[in-house]
Amino acid sequence: MIAASTVDPAWYLGLGAVLFSLGATGLLVRRNPLVMFMCVELMLNAVNLTFITFARQLNDVGGQVVVFFVLVVAAAEVVVGLGIIVSILRRTPGATADDVSLLKG
Amino acid sequence: MEAAVFAVGAVICVAGAAGVILNRNPVHSALSLVATLFGVAVLFIAQEAHFLAAVQVIVYAGAIVVLFLFVIMLLGVDRSEDLADEPLVGQRPAAVVVGLLLGGVLAGTLSAATITGLRSVGGEADDGTPNVTQIGRLLFTDYLFAFEVTSVLLVIGVVGAVVLARRSGAGANVDADEEVDEISSRDSEPVEESA
Repeated sequence: MIAASTVDPAWYLGLGAVLFSLGATGLLVRRNPLVMFMCVELMLNAVNLTFITFARQLNDVGGQVVVFFVLVVAAAEVVVGLGIIVSILRRTPGATADDVSLLKG
Repeated sequence: MEAAVFAVGAVICVAGAAGVILNRNPVHSALSLVATLFGVAVLFIAQEAHFLAAVQVIVYAGAIVVLFLFVIMLLGVDRSEDLADEPLVGQRPAAVVVGLLLGGVLAGTLSAATITGLRSVGGEADDGTPNVTQIGRLLFTDYLFAFEVTSVLLVIGVVGAVVLARRSGAGANVDADEEVDEISSRDSEPVEESA
């Protein structure tokens, strides 16, 4: 049985909003591609927390299954993204996000 | 009780997230990320999502962050980033303002709205069966197609990683069906085993 929530779900959702904003801010502020990637993971985790909160609130396991899929997609994304970062940094050591401007008009 | 767990988990999460952004050294950022992931796992447990809490620790903290650290060590990019260096003038303050605005909009939405949506009719979370059983049943019935597509995605990810990480330079590439002289000569002359 699910115990009655003693914490207002709005608190969990608020924490998710704070984590998402922190991740988005970090993505915009940092230049190191690896740290930018970590900030993307932060945003994904904030969304996961929101999904879990709604799953509990609406008494539906479907939300937890969605989080499962988000985890899988995040893992695949990290593998491909780190592959791209490795090949970029191998070509130009010490590159930051500003150095990857090949498509600039 | 849950309030205390939430408070501790929330503090760990926010402190870790701030650490990811503010640490100059990427290794420290990765370790702060681990703290955030553990905090989120604690909050998952507080909300009865036990299976996902375990997966969170194993997959995120155990695999993804280790992958990050591995890449950091491999490339030797663990030098500090100078946060005072601004290639685009005024970009960082603008980014902080945008982040604050985003947080404000999200919080405003939260305070102005109530949680709506239909309660579950088919996949109740409190029907007495264990959490893993519920997720597994749903995964192989309602979400079967998405599950199969996920496997395709993982295969594409593996192939993409191999293609990207392959060193593309003269001499480094060896096709799988190409005769390699050293290996074939080694096969024809087996080394005598000393008794």
